[in-house]
Parts: sequence; C-alpha cells; structure tokens
Amino acid sequence: MHPVIAYVIAALLVGLGVYGILARRNAILVLMAVELLLNGVNLVLVAADTTVKAALPATGQAFALFVIVLAAAEIGVGLAIVLQLYRMRRSVAVDEVPLERVP
Amino acid sequence: MTAADVLLIALGAIAVGSGVLVVTTKHLVRAGLWLVVTLAAVAGAYLVLGAELVAWVQVLLYVGAVVILLLFAVMLTRAPIGASDDLDRPRWPGVLIGGGAGLGLAALFVAAYGWMKVPRPPSGTAERLGEQIFSVWVLPFEVVGVLLLAALVGAIVVSRPDIGARR
Repeated sequence: MHPVIAYVIAALLVGLGVYGILARRNAILVLMAVELLLNGVNLVLVAADTTVKAALPATGQAFALFVIVLAAAEIGVGLAIVLQLYRMRRSVAVDEVPLERVP
Repeated sequence: MTAADVLLIALGAIAVGSGVLVVTTKHLVRAGLWLVVTLAAVAGAYLVLGAELVAWVQVLLYVGAVVILLLFAVMLTRAPIGASDDLDRPRWPGVLIGGGAGLGLAALFVAAYGWMKVPRPPSGTAERLGEQIFSVWVLPFEVVGVLLLAALVGAIVVSRPDIGARR
C-alpha cells in the first residue's frame, strides 16, 4: 500500500478544519471544524506507524488514542462554555462576543 | 494499486467530500450528521491502516459521544430548523488560509513520500497496543485520566450558574 494516500487525506482534512474555524460564525460549527482538524492529525499519527521505523511498536496509535481523549475533554469544556455564552447573550455567534471587559 | 489503496482512496473521498459539506452546509443539524459520515470514513481508514482498536474507539467516542454532545448543544441553543444564511463570515480569508494549509501540507507529504510502497501492516489487535500503553505510556495514561476528571469538573462548574460563573 502507498502511505502517501493516507497522508494527503489527512492534509486535506486539516485544511478543511482550518477553513471551518476561520469561516464559520456559529460556535458549535467552529467546534465541529476543530473535530475535523483533530481527525486529520490522528490520521497522520496512525499512518506514520506504517512508514516510520520507531523504536517502539504502535507508538502512533497510542498517541492517536491520547489525542482522541483530549478531543473528548475539549468538546466537553467547549460546549459548556458555548452554552454559558448562549445563556448570557442569547447568541452563539463568535464575532458578536464582546472583547472588552464585562463590568 | 492494491485493494488497500483502492479502499483508502474511496474512504478518503467520502471523508473529504462530507468534510466539505460539514464546513459549507447551511443547516446546523445536517453539519452534525455529515460529521458522522466523515468520522466513520476516517475510522474505516484506520481499519485499512491496521489500527483496529483506534478505529473502534473512534466509532465509540466520536460518533457515539462527541456528535451526540454537539447535537445536544445545537438543540439547547435553539438553533433554527431550516437553512440559515448567517452561519458564515466572509469566505476568502478562510479559503486562502485553509486551502493554503491543506494543499501546502499535501504537497509537503507528496514531496516527502512520493509513491513509496510499504508492506501492509498486520491488523493490530488490542493486545499489542494495550501492552504498549500499560508499559511504556502508563504515566501519560494516568495524566490523561486526571485531565479528563479536571475537564469534567470544569464543565460542571462552568455550566452551573449557582456555583460557577455569575453574571
């Protein structure tokens, strides 16, 4: 098999994630784009297991598992913040979040 | 071109195509459902690459938990049911930077690996990965457990107005 296929898929997923983070207004859609980005990273880690001769077997897969757990933690805290934002401002548009200090 | 290559290309086309729909669709709920398709296709790619445990963890955690959480958040923020036109900001910075990052990384990988051929990895059982995690990576494993607990407590504190964030 040719590992470059998996690498190119992962790169395209990362690009899509970056586009979604920059172009979406709704905070929940931004979080979905972050998931796409993290999946691209995971695909690189898993595909690296087949090409890179590491000192230990299955290192990339172990790292991918860690990244999945981190993504779960991130989505939990992120959605809690988004819900709190909605409760305070009745809107989850990221470009309407006030940047000045709230009195 | 072997069967693994064909499978990878097909799964990658599904993943990237539905990923495009995730970041461009005008329906909030449909974005979540297309995300399910993307994540499932990526899980299939893990299976082809010989990472079985990672693939099933992906299905359990992403498709089973993360997308459900996202759909709950869509419902709790009273998102409109139909198409909404105000989901996107001006597109060209995102197209420029996202396209540049994606295509640049892809070009880098193609330049680095070319049409290199590797033997198909043996389909990994959970035993090999489990041995690694519980011998070499056991300290990061414990740290990740503590981090998950901290994230859980943090999410509760943030989302409960009576104990956490006050107005």
